[in-house]
Amino acid sequence: MSTTQNNSQDMRTPTRRVRHLGAAHSGTRHFWHQRLTAVAAVPLTLIFIVVAMTLIGRNHAATVQILGSPLVAIVMMLFVLTTVYHMWLGMQVIVEDYIHHEFGKVALIMGNTFFCIAVGVACAFALLKLSFGV
Amino acid sequence: MTLTMTMSIVHRITGGALYFGVLLMTWWLLAAASGPADYASFQAAAGSWIGKLVILLATWALLHHLLGGVRHLIWDLGYGFGPAEREWLTRATLIGSIGLTVILLVVYLALGRG
Repeated sequence: MSTTQNNSQDMRTPTRRVRHLGAAHSGTRHFWHQRLTAVAAVPLTLIFIVVAMTLIGRNHAATVQILGSPLVAIVMMLFVLTTVYHMWLGMQVIVEDYIHHEFGKVALIMGNTFFCIAVGVACAFALLKLSFGV
Repeated sequence: MTLTMTMSIVHRITGGALYFGVLLMTWWLLAAASGPADYASFQAAAGSWIGKLVILLATWALLHHLLGGVRHLIWDLGYGFGPAEREWLTRATLIGSIGLTVILLVVYLALGRG
């Protein structure tokens, strides 16, 4: 009964209701991916700290050997990709919360994307080069 | 301001700092990938007193953001909202991050590798 009442007041089209994506056009995707990357980052960060601690003070040859070994390289790659995605989502929220000037907001959101992709590509490239030694 | 309010903004500040702190990791990986000379330059910078201080602060920020994130995940699941629980969780985040940073510092000093 209340459903009928709601429907009569609902200004959304049937398609909008079915798609369930709301005013952001992406539903809860941003929220969900923030949590997804956060959960993944917990074990990956702990492993990253162990790897980094292990490599302190080692010479270049030893560092390359350890960072270039498959298991370490794969975990480091997962850490880098999880982290850049997580920080891309997080910085977008910070910009949206504090920057209210429309042009500045759009520019910073674009800059955020460029920065995160650049950092991710640089780290991924370095890890691949360490593994394949080209 | 209550501790939960302070820790809320600290979570955001550590997140924002780590956003740029990631450049340290990028520098480290690129230096290692570039060769012995570039890696030596990185190690000289990271081994300086200012380098060590920045890495120590970044380590605390990373651990604090990690523990704060776990606290938020617990809240996301609907637990820990009671007045005593939320204070306890918030205190644990701060004590845990400082404690773990000190433990890592002790391990680093014990290893004695520069």
